Amino acid sequence: MDKYFVYLGVVLAVIIFIPLYRILRGPTLFDRMLGAGAVGTKTMVLIIVIGLVFNRLDMFIDITLAYAVLNFIGTIAVAKYLAASKPRGGR
Amino acid sequence: MAWNFVLGNIIVSAGAFFLLVGSVGLVRLPDFYSRAHATGKSDTLGVILTTLGLIVHEGLTLNSLKLALLLVFVGLTSPAGTHALTRAALRAGLRPWFKRDAPAPQGCPTDVDSCPVEDILEPKDDD
Repeated sequence: MDKYFVYLGVVLAVIIFIPLYRILRGPTLFDRMLGAGAVGTKTMVLIIVIGLVFNRLDMFIDITLAYAVLNFIGTIAVAKYLAASKPRGGR
Repeated sequence: MAWNFVLGNIIVSAGAFFLLVGSVGLVRLPDFYSRAHATGKSDTLGVILTTLGLIVHEGLTLNSLKLALLLVFVGLTSPAGTHALTRAALRAGLRPWFKRDAPAPQGCPTDVDSCPVEDILEPKDDD
């Protein structure tokens, strides 16, 4: 049954690489920030799965909570900052 | 094999599927607003289902209480963050994507391309 979570971690690590395309090629800054938020959300799940594989779930859940707070605050701060500026490039 | 292992693995697999759907939508869709639509909801549902599956997997422990708190927190903040980013994009004047030869929206004199973005999307009596 532990094998299942190892495979799930591998699948999540592959899924994390898909939004990197949007971070690198996104036409506007908002697209890049959206991709960064998506990567952060998937990383939270990956950290919990790593905690299950290492049998240290209590410690890794605290790390995940801190990561969720940082992800949210970062998105809000960038949204506040970008609301005052004109977007460059894109449609 | 206990029943909660099987049920938890099924729910966690469904959550991983929704995370994959959110990632693919982020790459495939045509403009920022539709990408926010794809990833804001699918990722939230994916995290919620994954955490719920792990709660079923764990049973009633302190870890499952902390996972439930994480579920509530992500369910509140992930849509709020996406909404704040989308609102910032609208305030900054990012134009949404329209179909070619789309009819002019209400309040626009001629066509979509010459209409300012606040006339398309913002109501007139906003603050």
